[in-house]
Amino acid sequence: MIHFVVHDEGDSVGVVVVEGVKAGEELTGWIMDQDKEIRFKAISDIPIGHKLAIKELKNNDTVIKYGVDIGRTVAPIEPGEHAHVHNIKTKRW
Amino acid sequence: MDLSKASFWGYKRENGRVGVRNHVVILPVDDLSNAAAQAVANNIKGAIALPHPYGRLQFGADLDLHFRTLIGTGCNPNVAAVVVICIEDGWAKKVADGISATGKPVSYFGIEQHGDHDTILRASKAAKEYVQWASELRREERPLKDLWVSTKCGESDTTSGCGANQTVGNAFDKLYPHGVTLVFGETTELTGGEHLVAARCRNDEVRKKFQFMFDRYQDLVNRHKTSDLSDSQPTKGNILGGLTTIEEKALGNIQKIGRKCVVDGVLDKAEAPTGPGLWFMDSSSAAAEMVTLLAAAGFAVHLFPTGQGNVIGNPILPVIKLSANPRTVRTMSEHIDVDVSGLLRREMSPDEAGDKLLECMFRTANGRLTAAEALGHREFVLTRLYESA
Repeated sequence: MIHFVVHDEGDSVGVVVVEGVKAGEELTGWIMDQDKEIRFKAISDIPIGHKLAIKELKNNDTVIKYGVDIGRTVAPIEPGEHAHVHNIKTKRW
Repeated sequence: MDLSKASFWGYKRENGRVGVRNHVVILPVDDLSNAAAQAVANNIKGAIALPHPYGRLQFGADLDLHFRTLIGTGCNPNVAAVVVICIEDGWAKKVADGISATGKPVSYFGIEQHGDHDTILRASKAAKEYVQWASELRREERPLKDLWVSTKCGESDTTSGCGANQTVGNAFDKLYPHGVTLVFGETTELTGGEHLVAARCRNDEVRKKFQFMFDRYQDLVNRHKTSDLSDSQPTKGNILGGLTTIEEKALGNIQKIGRKCVVDGVLDKAEAPTGPGLWFMDSSSAAAEMVTLLAAAGFAVHLFPTGQGNVIGNPILPVIKLSANPRTVRTMSEHIDVDVSGLLRREMSPDEAGDKLLECMFRTANGRLTAAEALGHREFVLTRLYESA
């Protein structure tokens, strides 16, 4: 069963595609472009559609999704942690 | 899906364009004419009124866009005939003349010196003739290249980028080699991925025009923004769905143009393309505004991916909705024409999802009503550029 998907293996985040992911759950991810599977343990509750970090990110790191810059971190993010507006901001506007 | 011999059943219009619907439109030029237009549509079964709140004291480029949108709406091949109503004769005639260039039947009526009652009577008589005439028009089999297909997404979430938008991209990649006329837009929703669109442009001339329109819109945002546009770009719904930044939203958005299509040209708002290929239209990213502009540019069927569940429709352009979000498909099933949530469970390949969408597109083109049509969604929203005089 797929719990989250990743666009590209260079990405720093994946997207949860099932409802009700809880902290501590073992998750299986699918890297779409390279058609590979990876596994991570969730360290936060993560709603469907929301992201989890799959790389360790320091404060003010660039976040990569689709192989492209989607913004910067405003707090450190651990692999398996919920990554969203509380710890990532736009670099534009 | 092999599209080399694909065809659909449509209405061939006087100017050679092919529509997939057969509407008789009662078109008010201004806000004051809405009441009469709606009364006519109520009198004459099968006629449809397109009320809107604008058309008085606009000027310059804003007025040009108003006329271009109304005339383009009347010219759309999904429209068989048009009755134009305006507070006065002059602009009624201007809009009617613009539409009659297609060769389709058009009549116009001014309210001043007549009043609503007389206008409604005269316009209803014309509308009755048009509805009966249009009801005898027959669909004929037409090659795929005669179909103009537009896309714009709404209430996106992260499943849009990895599911529904990719599905549209897969379909666009399959349609493009067959000479279909395609369009995308949403200028601000390319922010963070504009370099990827620029790289896909046919040549430097197209790229320069695209970059000009993109930069112009960025300047507008920078002039008027109150913060980082949080809550508007991305929207509250986008954020609830997991989208964090405009860059992330844009990269998901861009999935809709597939991986192979080339951006062949750039259009102003409501401007009709002049040949086949993929066109970029400078536009707002608000769903009803942009779909109205696409209908005015002459597009006949629309592919609308949604994540959190946008419910939009358009009065003349059938809007096909697809979603890959399993929760949206479950909780808002009456709005979803194509369920591609299997993609994210790895039960469906992107290729299968694209084929499923194309199959629905052909059925819709052949006459099947979309969910939005059946539910009565007829959002007709004109884009304004600035204040009235």
